[in-house]
Amino acid sequence: MTPPSETAAAEIEVEADFEELAEKKPWYIRTIEMARQQPLAASGFVIIIIMLLMAIFADLLTVFPAEDNDLEYMLAEPGTIHSDLELTFLLGADQFGRDLLTRIVYGARTALFVGFTCAIIGSTLGLILGVASAYFGGWFDLVVQRVVDVVMAFPLIILALAVVATLGPGTQNVIIAITIPFIPQCARVVRSNALAIREIPYVDAARALGFSNARIIMRHMVPNVMAPYLIMLTSFLGQAILLEASLSYLGMGVQEPTPAWGLMLQGGAEEFAESAPWVAIWPGVAISLAVFAFNLFGDGVRDTLDPKLRSR
Amino acid sequence: MSKYILKRLLMLIPTLIGAAIFVFFLLRLVPGDVCELRLAGTGLYADPAEIALCQKNLGLDQPLIVQFFDFLWGYVVFDLGDSMWTGFPVVHEIGLRFELSLQVAIMATAVAVIIAIPLGVISAVKQDTWIDYVVRTFSIAGIAMPSFWLGILIILGLLISTQHFLGEPWMPPIDYVPIWEDPMRNLSQLIWPAVATGYRYSAVATRMTRSALLEVLREDYVRTARAKGLIEKIIINRHALKNSLLPVVTIIAIEFAFLMGGLVVTEQVFNLNGLGKLFVESVGAQDFNMTQQLVMLVVVIFVFTNLFVDVLYAWLDPRIRYS
Repeated sequence: MTPPSETAAAEIEVEADFEELAEKKPWYIRTIEMARQQPLAASGFVIIIIMLLMAIFADLLTVFPAEDNDLEYMLAEPGTIHSDLELTFLLGADQFGRDLLTRIVYGARTALFVGFTCAIIGSTLGLILGVASAYFGGWFDLVVQRVVDVVMAFPLIILALAVVATLGPGTQNVIIAITIPFIPQCARVVRSNALAIREIPYVDAARALGFSNARIIMRHMVPNVMAPYLIMLTSFLGQAILLEASLSYLGMGVQEPTPAWGLMLQGGAEEFAESAPWVAIWPGVAISLAVFAFNLFGDGVRDTLDPKLRSR
Repeated sequence: MSKYILKRLLMLIPTLIGAAIFVFFLLRLVPGDVCELRLAGTGLYADPAEIALCQKNLGLDQPLIVQFFDFLWGYVVFDLGDSMWTGFPVVHEIGLRFELSLQVAIMATAVAVIIAIPLGVISAVKQDTWIDYVVRTFSIAGIAMPSFWLGILIILGLLISTQHFLGEPWMPPIDYVPIWEDPMRNLSQLIWPAVATGYRYSAVATRMTRSALLEVLREDYVRTARAKGLIEKIIINRHALKNSLLPVVTIIAIEFAFLMGGLVVTEQVFNLNGLGKLFVESVGAQDFNMTQQLVMLVVVIFVFTNLFVDVLYAWLDPRIRYS
């Protein structure tokens, strides 16, 4: 990238003016304005908030026990009333007699926990690796990039399955398995942005002032690659949820009796598909809705942060 | 150009060796192997001597580094070894299933192209109208829906609709017959997984077609074409679409490579005996050799497709010159 020209400097000033103007408006007006500019992203955001609330307040929202089997109510139809508890199975029960709605609400906890953990850790490690790789250059960059090449030569699910094969199934291992492929993906994108930043004179200036490498990386370079970082982070959220669901569906992810959407489909959704279609339908709706919302939101973030891609 | 290809081919070698190291040591990080699983996995008492014998037969008692070089040497002499679980040669096991996976991948690609290109074009031409929004929602939904769930829904839909219209439920056949033996039976089995994966895969391609076409429609030569009074249809079909298909071709090729290994989940739903299912089974059985050979197969397909795409790109777009 060339050093910022005068026009670029002027643009920055104009932008600063806009920011000042924007700050004078109360936050709710700004929120509404943003929502109007990005209706799809805003609706995605609303769904995410609802799911987050579901995940946090799962204990308060549900009345059935999430993990206890009750074989008497195996595959109970939606609307069946539990005679002892005097509660209604709103969406029906699964093959172990557990309330589907309860498990979906608790499943949000698993999905969002895995999604956020993987996306945040994966993209943050990628960020550090990418910036360091660009900043130090030389053999360090070369080695990092070759390792990135190797890891990126694996399709996502294959790599995740290979990691699970090593570590064994379980929530924690699934998180590791999903996070590992994310790191190089983010590192590659961040590196290409950081390479351009490194050429800008202020980095040289910082070095001339005798700042430590860590300080230059953390204080001067990392803040300037926040846009690609956030874009990658949001795009990972949906992917992680989908991947967790796929792994759990294959029986290689979250294990019974923990409620997880993919696992709920594995349990026999196909076998009971005809007699109890609700078992096969609702968890899938939950997965799709979550990934859908995160993708919409991610697209919005990308459009806002990367004006070159706008209107795509 | 040939110099570029040669350079890229040489660069593949460290990547492939790196991948081999990675998968080999990854699988062996944690104690336990196919012998222990086979002999003691069911919870029964297993004679340690028997386990040791099994390990000796499979070469698992050798130091890791020796095992690793054995594994690499296999590529030099074109001997991929045997499955540690079934005892059959890896090539034989893969050969049995390769055809099925390849066919599903090709059919899914066809489904994706048939859906993606018209929808992407309509969406771009009608940008920001309700049609555009419907198409975009349809494609985002495609990315959001897990293909295994779509598969379950398709099976469910088939069961219910055949029950309703034909009086008895119909399920796609489970056993695979090659297409040249019984095309109808083959297609009636494989069209459903192809649709389930093809739809998901079309979503990415639809979005790509749309954005690429939008970009090209803003080019000066399109403005010139409009200025000289050319009909919009000709502008799009003859002038804009061709130039915008470049990134679409790329994404389709890359996704195709992914499909070869990425059918893992779909094959499970439709109970297809393909490479993906074999992979899941060998992972479950800790069949190190089978797993690492399958991973390497997918990686090889993946990296060569990437190379192929880059070359194709230069060939399709004369403006791109690799040095």
